[in-house]
Amino acid sequence: MPFDAANLLPVLPEIAVLVTACLVLVLDLFLKERDKGLNHSLSLLGLVVALLLTGAVGGGEPERLFDGNLVRDAMSDLLKGAILIVSMLAFVYARPWLKDRGMLSSEFYALGLLAILGMLVMVSANSFLTLYLGLELQALALYALVAFERDSLRGAEAAMKYFVLGALGSGMLLYGVSMIYGATGTIELGPVAQAIAEQGMSNKVLVFGVVFLVIGIGFKFGAVPFHMWVPDIYEGAPTPAVLILGSAPKIAAFALAVRMLVDAMQGLHSDWQDMLVILSVLSLGLGNLVAIAQSNIKRMLAYSTISHVGFIFLGLLAGSDQGNAAAMFYSIVYAVMSAGAFGILIILSRNGFDAERLEDLKGLNDRDSWYAAMMALVMFSMAGVPPTVGFMAKLLVLEAVVRIDMVWLALVAVFFSIIGAFYYLRVVKFIYFDKPAENAPALVTTSGVRVAMSLNGLALLALGLFPAALLTLCQSAFV
Amino acid sequence: MNEFPLLTLTIWLPIIGGLVVLANGEKSRDIARWTALAFACVTFLVSLGLWIGFDASTAQMQFVERTPWIPTFNVEYFLGVDGISMPLIVLTTFITIFVVIAGWEVIAYKQNQYLAAFLIMEGVMVGVFSALDAVLFYVFWEAMLIPMFIIIGVWGGPNRVYATIKFFLYTFFGSVFMLIALIYMYFQSGSFSILDFQSLQLGMTAQILIFIAFLMAFAVKVPMFPVHTWLPDAHVEAPTGGSVILAAIMLKIGGYGFLRFSLPITPDASASLDWLIIALSLIAIVYIGFVALVQQDMKKLIAYSSIAHMGFVTLGFFVVFTILANPAVSSGSVMGIEGGMVQMISHGFISGALFLCVGVLYDRVHSREIADYGGVINTMPWFGAFMVYFAMANAGLPGTSGFVGEFMVILATFRADFWWSFLAATPLILAAAFTLWMVKRVVFGEVKNEKVAALADLDIRERINLGVLAAAVLALGLWPAPLMNVMHATVENLVAQVSVCKLPEAERGECLLARPESVAVAAP
Repeated sequence: MPFDAANLLPVLPEIAVLVTACLVLVLDLFLKERDKGLNHSLSLLGLVVALLLTGAVGGGEPERLFDGNLVRDAMSDLLKGAILIVSMLAFVYARPWLKDRGMLSSEFYALGLLAILGMLVMVSANSFLTLYLGLELQALALYALVAFERDSLRGAEAAMKYFVLGALGSGMLLYGVSMIYGATGTIELGPVAQAIAEQGMSNKVLVFGVVFLVIGIGFKFGAVPFHMWVPDIYEGAPTPAVLILGSAPKIAAFALAVRMLVDAMQGLHSDWQDMLVILSVLSLGLGNLVAIAQSNIKRMLAYSTISHVGFIFLGLLAGSDQGNAAAMFYSIVYAVMSAGAFGILIILSRNGFDAERLEDLKGLNDRDSWYAAMMALVMFSMAGVPPTVGFMAKLLVLEAVVRIDMVWLALVAVFFSIIGAFYYLRVVKFIYFDKPAENAPALVTTSGVRVAMSLNGLALLALGLFPAALLTLCQSAFV
Repeated sequence: MNEFPLLTLTIWLPIIGGLVVLANGEKSRDIARWTALAFACVTFLVSLGLWIGFDASTAQMQFVERTPWIPTFNVEYFLGVDGISMPLIVLTTFITIFVVIAGWEVIAYKQNQYLAAFLIMEGVMVGVFSALDAVLFYVFWEAMLIPMFIIIGVWGGPNRVYATIKFFLYTFFGSVFMLIALIYMYFQSGSFSILDFQSLQLGMTAQILIFIAFLMAFAVKVPMFPVHTWLPDAHVEAPTGGSVILAAIMLKIGGYGFLRFSLPITPDASASLDWLIIALSLIAIVYIGFVALVQQDMKKLIAYSSIAHMGFVTLGFFVVFTILANPAVSSGSVMGIEGGMVQMISHGFISGALFLCVGVLYDRVHSREIADYGGVINTMPWFGAFMVYFAMANAGLPGTSGFVGEFMVILATFRADFWWSFLAATPLILAAAFTLWMVKRVVFGEVKNEKVAALADLDIRERINLGVLAAAVLALGLWPAPLMNVMHATVENLVAQVSVCKLPEAERGECLLARPESVAVAAP
């Protein structure tokens, strides 16, 4: 395997993240308790460097690296940038929570960085093996992250569930990959696509393999009926961990789905399209309906995730360039919204108290009207109300679905988003219409968090008013 | 094309004003109030520029602005007004001034947010009336919900949360199906321009489905029977300013939608389903009139009377097809639509004024129950005079603007069908009954209790507020010609558009309207 500049240059962002993770791990040993903030600064610096490098090495023609195991193309550039930016937000939001609890140690940052590295690898993987490696690196780091609050029983339970179900999902995926390998004789995406084009749909093993791939993807996304882990993990894990695992990994999961289904399996589109239709309708329905019944906002957001996954699948199942671009737009937008929502939960928490009930949001407008406005933006965006970007994302997906003459599917989707609007509105109701609880202390936040949250919230508005730039980027990934 | 972007200014000036007011913080109420008032007044003056610069002789879109917005999907920032939308824009900017003034003293809790919400909503509503691109229209249409949702929810009455969520979900439900219809038409026409939609040839099935999607959106907004139930709740719980905006402008957006979308885009479906709309309108006029009669709550009474009055609007719009189908009657179709338009503008003034009147009482006594009042005229002569005057206008007294629109609609309906006009005209007695009976119980009689005895009459601010509206009602009632002039060319063009069958060749047999060969198609 040639380790020369031509191969190493395009993976500089990954290298930067890896180096930062190692540095954080080692440096932490020599840090006094009061200097632990350095872990945070260093990790953030690493992400900034990685982002700059992504911009520097990105653009231009797609490059196949390491004998075709990795690829750097327009899609990987954009998704890497999105993952790094969303992760930065997550790190900034998480800091006060960790500081309050004396947990600014290396574990959180090293694990977080490794998970990010895994996502970056997934995004630019060009063979089933690399995809799986990236996925597992991400997943293992996230399992540990869920349990990083050592004394928390709930956290340990959530981590256990996540691990067992995640391993099951990975197993399914691997099984599917093995069948595809058996049928085509290769694990590289391009050659697999070629082999499928030559064999056609006649090969039953191939179709069987696709079934398992879709199950694996469903598990990783948390689509119904493979969604059971999502609400439990969201509820049990400490909020900073949910912040990380609920935002950027959706972008990585999207990349996983595109690499597997579109890059390799486009020839079997009609097979996986039907499967995705079922997954998507179920996710939209169950996610939106069950979210209404939740009083725990983390669980509510978990079910809301499930319903958003339904929308992402709607874009993917169209099988067209427009559909893929729409799903990509949706994934990125969702990650940004999700980061904002959990960020607000962290802002509302303090040492010894985790905001997780809907009531904890009561009277936020009285306590801090700026954060209230940002959270309202996030909620309206999730509900898909213009002028926020959530509407644009839904519009693009619906457009792709109507384009392939599946108007009924679009009707189902909008029907469930009306139902979904209710529980997002309920959050706004708590923020604006209710008075704060009597013992609610003033919000204490750092200026860093305030800046990040403002950027986060206003980005939802700005992207909604001017969606053309991001949309063009998304479309350029599929031409 | 290089004209001064007057429409953009009318949309964004109040929105920027809202943000400025918001940024001012809560420290100084005076700064917030005066800034808000200044922005509202300047916006009104700017919108007057639209009226002055408007060329009434043409049905073309004017003040057009067109720049790409999302180029890959052919979505444009495409604005323009014609004789239908321009008066409604001026109405919007006009009414907002009164809303700002009405919130001057009474709103104590976060007044800057209150005023900012109204200013932002003003800009968004102007956007709805001036958008000529379907996506842009939809964005404004939905964005309107957010400030209203917050206004009712934060500054509303005791049952505000129920009312505001009901309001939001009803409207949201109606409009998402319209979105699918818009996307579908995009694939048929290749652009999101509403003008392209209007010249699109559609089969009967598609037209009916699109018509129903539009109907769901606009019927909720108007509101028509049987999807009107959100309105009394929302009106009762909303603060005075919210009620005024709801009644005076938001309801008009539904009526505007029928004229801009349903009629010109799906004329054949409209022609074959006009019986449905006419039936629903007549039910609204008759049945809701009776419902209004038994209300105990002043705001609810006015809310129901709004529904009945909006019934005249939809009746006027859809009676056109029966008139067109009858070759013996040549004119009248234009009158129906114009009557509906006049009724919308006039109802904007009258219902707004009536809600302001109720607000005046509510600010002092904190009750909207009719039974809590009586003999108000003894302590509040100025108020009594205004209340009686606006009540008369609401009942359609000749000389006030309430009469003009109703009369035109009934006249047009008479050409179509005697019994419809009979049904539409008889409830005018009802309207007189429920409004005047309310006035009798509230304003006249002996002073009922010590609260009424302690009432202070209108201050100068309230007097100016109601006085200007009273003048507007009288002016429009005595001399409606300027308004009719402005809209005449546009309405004639609209009638020409809807009188021609749009079905493709294969389905021409089903045409209820004139075949395209026989009538020259007016260029869109």
